[in-house]
Amino acid sequence: MALEYIFRRIILLCFMLLLLSIFTFSLSFLFPGDPLNNLSGVQNISFHESDALSEKYKLGHSILTQYFSFIERISHGDWGISFASQEPIFDHIVALFPATLELALYALLASIIFGIPAGITSAAYYKKWPDKIINTLTLLGYSTPVFWLALLMIMFFCLQLGLLPMSGRVSLLYEIPDVTGFILIDILLSDVSYKFNAFIDAIKHLLLPTIVLSTYPTMVLIRFTRDSMLEVLEKNYIKTARAKGLSRSQLIFRHALRNALLPVIKQIGLQFSTLITLAMITEVIFSWPGIGRWLIDSIYQRDFPAIQGGLLAVSTFIILATVTADLMHSLFDPISRNQTHGKI
Amino acid sequence: MNKFIFGIAILMLTGCTEQALKNQNSHGLIYCAEANPVSFNPQITTLGSTIDLTSNQLYNRLISIDANTGEFLPELAKSWEISKDRKKITFDLREDVQFHQTDYFTPTRNFNADDVVFTFSRLFDAYNPYHFVGGGQYPYFQSIGLDQLIKSIIKESDYRVSFELFDAQSSFLSNIATDFAIILSAEYAKNLEISETLENLDNYPVGTGPYKFKDYKRDILIRYYKHEQYWKHPVELEQLVYDITPNSTTRIAKMLTHECDVTPHPNSSQLSILASRTDITVQKETNLNIGFWAFNTQKAPFDDSRVRRALAHAIDIEKIMHAVYLDNGKRLESILPNTSWAYQAQVNMPNYNPELARRLLQQAGLIEGFKMDLWAMPVARIYNPNARKMAELIQSDLKKIGITVNIVEYEWNTFIKKLEEHAHDTVLLGWSADTPDPDNFFSPLLSCAAALNGKNAANWCDPEFDLLLSKALDTIEIEQRKEFYFQAQQMVIQELPLLPIAQGMRFQASSTNVENIEIKSFGGVSLAKARKR
Repeated sequence: MALEYIFRRIILLCFMLLLLSIFTFSLSFLFPGDPLNNLSGVQNISFHESDALSEKYKLGHSILTQYFSFIERISHGDWGISFASQEPIFDHIVALFPATLELALYALLASIIFGIPAGITSAAYYKKWPDKIINTLTLLGYSTPVFWLALLMIMFFCLQLGLLPMSGRVSLLYEIPDVTGFILIDILLSDVSYKFNAFIDAIKHLLLPTIVLSTYPTMVLIRFTRDSMLEVLEKNYIKTARAKGLSRSQLIFRHALRNALLPVIKQIGLQFSTLITLAMITEVIFSWPGIGRWLIDSIYQRDFPAIQGGLLAVSTFIILATVTADLMHSLFDPISRNQTHGKI
Repeated sequence: MNKFIFGIAILMLTGCTEQALKNQNSHGLIYCAEANPVSFNPQITTLGSTIDLTSNQLYNRLISIDANTGEFLPELAKSWEISKDRKKITFDLREDVQFHQTDYFTPTRNFNADDVVFTFSRLFDAYNPYHFVGGGQYPYFQSIGLDQLIKSIIKESDYRVSFELFDAQSSFLSNIATDFAIILSAEYAKNLEISETLENLDNYPVGTGPYKFKDYKRDILIRYYKHEQYWKHPVELEQLVYDITPNSTTRIAKMLTHECDVTPHPNSSQLSILASRTDITVQKETNLNIGFWAFNTQKAPFDDSRVRRALAHAIDIEKIMHAVYLDNGKRLESILPNTSWAYQAQVNMPNYNPELARRLLQQAGLIEGFKMDLWAMPVARIYNPNARKMAELIQSDLKKIGITVNIVEYEWNTFIKKLEEHAHDTVLLGWSADTPDPDNFFSPLLSCAAALNGKNAANWCDPEFDLLLSKALDTIEIEQRKEFYFQAQQMVIQELPLLPIAQGMRFQASSTNVENIEIKSFGGVSLAKARKR
């Protein structure tokens, strides 16, 4: 049963990736300009280069051949070169993606750490003052646009109080070699005299972007946890347990929590796509050198190969993350495996 | 609850790291740069934003110009002599100059005549293996016609080199003293030839300047270390880091949070914020520059000088001076700034007169109006602190005479690249002088050679005008040269391939603990002597 479920998911995944690749492939024809430029990223193609490139990209051949050659190149890591930097796009993505991932992971972690307990508290004290306070804050957090919150934070903590830096991952005077692309890990791995200071400095740089980025998912998680907790608390087995005279903490931690968290786990996975979208905005505002800022810069520079590559990388990642979360969820919740149709 | 915990965390963090960061800070300087460098070799660009990052930091030139007196000063050349017919110039070179030792190159010999010969032959000699590396375009040298001027460069001995010219040209020495005429290492070039990575000459620079290249991450940073064996004076900073921050508001914010120590070109509107802070000083320097509005004279309807004049009459420059320069600029009365010795105020300068503009358009048969693109630079430059705003003002002025303006913006390096392809209708641009010689405002901007290599934003080529310029260069009699430049100025204002708008002031903001940053009235910034207290 479980195998069949996993198989269905993987088929679905392949289908999604197929659609995505077709869309990305067609972008080089939909973008303004010559498809050859858009595909290769070479801008001023000389006469003799033109033939070689046409052959490489199979431009004379049928659209299907072109598509397969596109797939072949993508899978070999040949994503063309960027108009702006004239360097391979794949290298850019490999260099920038960890920064985005790092930020998104910390934000997700923060929202789990704060969101779930807050949601449980809120449900446990349903319609009492802790619930009311948390509800009000959630509503506030929900309705605050992330860019506005980011600017407010910068205004207050950076410009007014001068406590925190407003841009980048670590003070540029600290020279940290790139190993994993995750700044905190890189600092720990590095062999520099100012390791401790650099680590603290990196945390200071991380603080504001993480708070800003985690706001929205935290609010979502609070609401989800609260609602699902309330739903579970209404169930008959809980009522029975209560009738038997269990205390509130026993009730919640022993009986209700596990069941209430199941939909929340699924939600955590689904939050990843929102998170990456919000991360782009956060990156631009905090000059965080991640893929989002690069993608937005590329759009501004009409760097078509870069836009294409960036979209492909980000979307593939989100699809993979969603499917993984879904599979994880089915591991925890056997009932969900009984769905006859796959969905994302 | 989470806010509370973060609050405490912030307090703890700031307490214990302030001192540590200060230590690291005092050895390094962060300069907030406006754009990525297009190359690390100033020979192949005329972009001020790139020159500021490279020329005075990584390299030296044979000679330089004293910003105050206009005299030539020795740099890598100890002394020089000019033959009687002024067609041969011989330089005696310093013997104690070392090139950078970097991760990718270790010099085995000091700087000598071979380096000079190699550097200049790259520019002019099509047989030099490096000539076509990076496109084979040397915009500054080509637009002033230096490639047509130098007959040969001869190594007389290891430390003596002479230039033979076809003509005696009065601006030759000042061109050799510009930020573009830096000296590369011939030995490094040889090594790259062996490893067949010729393009690294421009991407991984080796020079003799006060700092040496360490690292460059596009859109993020450039890192230089100090050159321990710098020949001129000890270098105080251990590290020089450029934080690449295209957005000018972000640059100012970074100044306020001390993430940057120096930033060039703060907007006039931001000056009051900076002035109110005690920890930031603003340097202000008059600068030889012009901001202009260039028309693509090869494209209809801008090929008609009546249309150009009509557009010039239609815009209210007083309003621009007020709103864009915030009264920190000087209105131009010619294509030369009035501090140049060849300056002459032009009577023909178009004034604000929409009525006349409409009449001119009628003569040109365009009374119905038309649509046009106006390209506005995305970065603040000395000559135009806010091109976007200027474009909007022009847009609203032109609307009154029935012309619909579409404002076009690109990222700065893309902007320049597309401009060189002459893809524009009209563009707001400008020029900062590299030498005090008046030719610097004509040949690189409006000559036919400049039109060919794309630096002539007006795409204007008039042989008569070119003749005037070369006549002016053929003599060293100041009075005669003046006469020719007067004529050239008249011609420009008569034909209006571009409309000179204003001369801006150069501003630079730095933290008060930073000293000795040199900004001159021409050329790029020098951080050679910069230090932190």
